[in-house]
Amino acid sequence: MIPLSWYLLLSAALFCVGLYGVLARRNAIAILMGVELMLNAVNINLIAFWRYLTPDRSVGLVWATFVLTVAAAEAAVGLALIISVYRSRDSVIAEELDTLKN
Amino acid sequence: MNILDLLKSLLSLSLGDFIRRNFGTGPGTELLIDLGGVVILSTFCLLIVIFLIWLTRKIVARMQDRIGPNRVGGRFGLLQTVADVMKLLSKEVIHPAGADWVAFNAAPLLIVISALLMWAVMPFAPGVIGVNLNIGVFYILAISSASVMVILLAGWGSNNKYALLGAFRAVAQMVSYEVPMILALLVPIILASTMSTEGIIAAQTLPFILFAPVSALIFFVSSLAETGRTPFDLLEAESEIVAGFHIEYSGMKFGMFFLAEFLNTLFMSGLVVTLYLGGYRFFGLENWVSADGYPYGRLIGLAAFFAKTFLLYFIYDWIRGTLPRVRVDQILNFNWKFLVPLSLALVFFVAIVDKLIPPGTNVVVRMTIHLLLNILIAAVALELLRRRGRQNRLAMSAGGGSGGVEAVAGHGGGHDDHGHDGPQPIEDVPDVLDTPLGAREPVVIPVH
Amino acid sequence: MSQQIIFFILAAITLTSAVVVVTIRNLFHAALALMVSFLGVAGVYVLLEAPFLGMAQLLVYIGAISILIIFAIMMTRRLMQTNESPFNAQAVGALIGAGLALAILFIVIIRFYPMAPGDGFGQSAMVVDPATLQSSVARMGRSFVSAEAYVLPFEVASVLLLAALVGSIVIAWPHRGEEDNQ
Repeated sequence: MIPLSWYLLLSAALFCVGLYGVLARRNAIAILMGVELMLNAVNINLIAFWRYLTPDRSVGLVWATFVLTVAAAEAAVGLALIISVYRSRDSVIAEELDTLKN
Repeated sequence: MNILDLLKSLLSLSLGDFIRRNFGTGPGTELLIDLGGVVILSTFCLLIVIFLIWLTRKIVARMQDRIGPNRVGGRFGLLQTVADVMKLLSKEVIHPAGADWVAFNAAPLLIVISALLMWAVMPFAPGVIGVNLNIGVFYILAISSASVMVILLAGWGSNNKYALLGAFRAVAQMVSYEVPMILALLVPIILASTMSTEGIIAAQTLPFILFAPVSALIFFVSSLAETGRTPFDLLEAESEIVAGFHIEYSGMKFGMFFLAEFLNTLFMSGLVVTLYLGGYRFFGLENWVSADGYPYGRLIGLAAFFAKTFLLYFIYDWIRGTLPRVRVDQILNFNWKFLVPLSLALVFFVAIVDKLIPPGTNVVVRMTIHLLLNILIAAVALELLRRRGRQNRLAMSAGGGSGGVEAVAGHGGGHDDHGHDGPQPIEDVPDVLDTPLGAREPVVIPVH
Repeated sequence: MSQQIIFFILAAITLTSAVVVVTIRNLFHAALALMVSFLGVAGVYVLLEAPFLGMAQLLVYIGAISILIIFAIMMTRRLMQTNESPFNAQAVGALIGAGLALAILFIVIIRFYPMAPGDGFGQSAMVVDPATLQSSVARMGRSFVSAEAYVLPFEVASVLLLAALVGSIVIAWPHRGEEDNQ
C-alpha cells in the first residue's frame, strides 16, 4: 500500500532538515537538536528497510534499538558538556567557543 | 434488528458483535465500532472522576473524624462535585504576565490526554478492552513517562519561580520512581511471559500477588509516587510549596490537573488489580456464555473488576488519610537507596528461579516456590536495614547523647530530636547523623 | 488507502515540526517542536508495524531526552535575551548544502525504488503472516541474549550507558569554589 520509497524520502527529508540545523544554528543546544533529528531519520530508514526486506528476522529492530540507545547516551553526555562549558565560559554560542583557534 | 437482541447484547457487553451481526464486517463497521468504543471509554473516564472526587472527600473526611460534603444533593452530598465543576467553570481565567502561552495552555490539555490514553489497554471484562496490544504494559510505561514532560511545561509556562521549583521537584520524583516501577512491573511480565494485559490476566490462575508480594508492594509504592499521592505529595501540598506546578492555573485549567490526578490514581488501581489481583477473574464465572450465545459472564467480570479496583482505590485514600508527608530528599533517598536495589535483586532472582522451575509443574507448587523466594528477599532486606539502623543508633548515642533513632525498617527513619543538649563545639558532632537510609537530618547548632 | 492518509498526516507533522525546530528563535519552543517531531516518528514506527520501537521512542526520546534538553536550556539561559538571528554566518551556505544533499538523495531513491503504490517489490509492504510480526518482540529479545546473535553488542551497549551515566554526572558536577550560576 505504501511504497518503500515514501518512507525513504521522509527519512531523507528529515535528515536534511537536521543537517541544516547542525550547520546553521548558533546555539550549541540547537545543534544537538539537529543531531537528534538526523538520528531519528536514520532510524526511520532502518525500520523501513526491516519491514520491507526482512520482517522475519530481528536485525533491523536490533540495530534501530542500538541507535536509540547510543543517541540517548550521546545526548546525555553532550548536554553535560554544554552545561559545563556554560559554567566556565558563560556562553553556549558555538561561534564564541574558539579558544583553540590559531 | 431485533430489539431483544439489542437488549441482550447490551446486557452482556457484546455490542460490537451485535453491530457486526447486523451490518456486516466491512471496514466501515470496524471504524464505527472503534469510534463508539473510544467515545464510551472517554465518557466513562470523565464521568467516573465525578464519583471519585466525592468518594475521596467522604473517605478522607471519615478518617479525619468529620462528615464531608453533606449538603448538595441530599444527605450524602452526591452532587458536590457537580457544584465544584460549575464553580470552576465560572471562575475568571487568569493569564499571568509573561507566561509562555504555548506551554501554559498546552499543559492542561496534554495531561488529560495522556491520562486518557492509558485507559486504552485496561481490560474491563473478557473481550471488553480498548485495544489488545501485545505490548500493553510497555505502552502504559511509555505514556506515563511521556506525561512527565507535561509537568515541566506547566511549571515553565507559568513564569513563576515557585511553579518552576515545584515542577523540577515533581519531575525529579516522577522520573526517579519510574525505575523501581518498571523493574517491579517486569516480575508479572516474567511470570506470565507476555506484556499484554489480557495475557497477564489469562495467566493468573492464582493471582500474582501470591507469587510476588514484594513486587506488588514495590509497584504500589512507586505508583503512589508517580501519581503524586500522599505520602509523596510534597509537590502539591498547599502548606509546602503553595500548590506546586499548578499555582498559576485557575478555573477549568486547574480542573484539568485535578481530573488527571484522579484519573491516574484510578488507572493505577486498575493496573495493580490487573497485574496482581487477577483483573476481572472471578473463579471462572466471567467466562459464562448463556445458552443462546450471549456472554453474560462479562457482566460478572466487569463487576468483579470494579469491586477490586474500588477496593484498591479505597486503600489509596486510606493511605492518604493516614500517613504524613515525606520530605523531598527523603523521598529520593528512599527510592535510590532502597527501592532500586531491592527491585533489581527481585527481578534478578525471580528470573533465575522462574527459569529453573521445569515448565510442567503444578501452579500451586510454582506459587509456593516464588512466595518463598519473595519472603527470603524481604527478610534479607529487612535484616540489612535493621543492622544499618542499629549501626546508626549506636553511633549517634555514642556521639552526641541525643536520643536514639528507632531502627524502623521503612523509609526515612524517624525524626531525630533536633539539636543536642547544651552548647557543643562543632567538632563533637558525629559523622554519622544519617537515618538508616541516608537522609541527612538537619543539625541545629544552638546559637547563644 | 487509509494507511496512505495516515502516512501523509504523520509525515506532515514530523517534517513541519522539524523545520520549526531548526528555524525558530525561541529555544524552548524549538524543544517543544522537537518533541512533536519525535511523536511523529513514533507514529511512523507504529505504521511500520514495529510498535515496540514506537513505545521505546516515546519512553526514551520524549520521556528522557526531551526533559534533558529542556533542563539544559533552562540552565544555560543567558541573562540578556538577545534579538540576534538564530543562524550563524554560514546559514546560506548550509541551506544550499542541505538542499543539494536532499536533491541527490531524492534522485537516488527515486531511481532505485518505484514511487507508485502497487504490488511489485518495493511498492508495497511484504505480505507477512501476522504471527511473525506479533512475535517480532520475542525474537528481538531472544536475539539480544543468544550467543550467535547480538549478545556482545548488547553488553557493550550497557557498558556504554554506564560510562555515559557516570561521565555526564562527573562533567556536569559543579566544582567546589565555583558559584552556582542559577
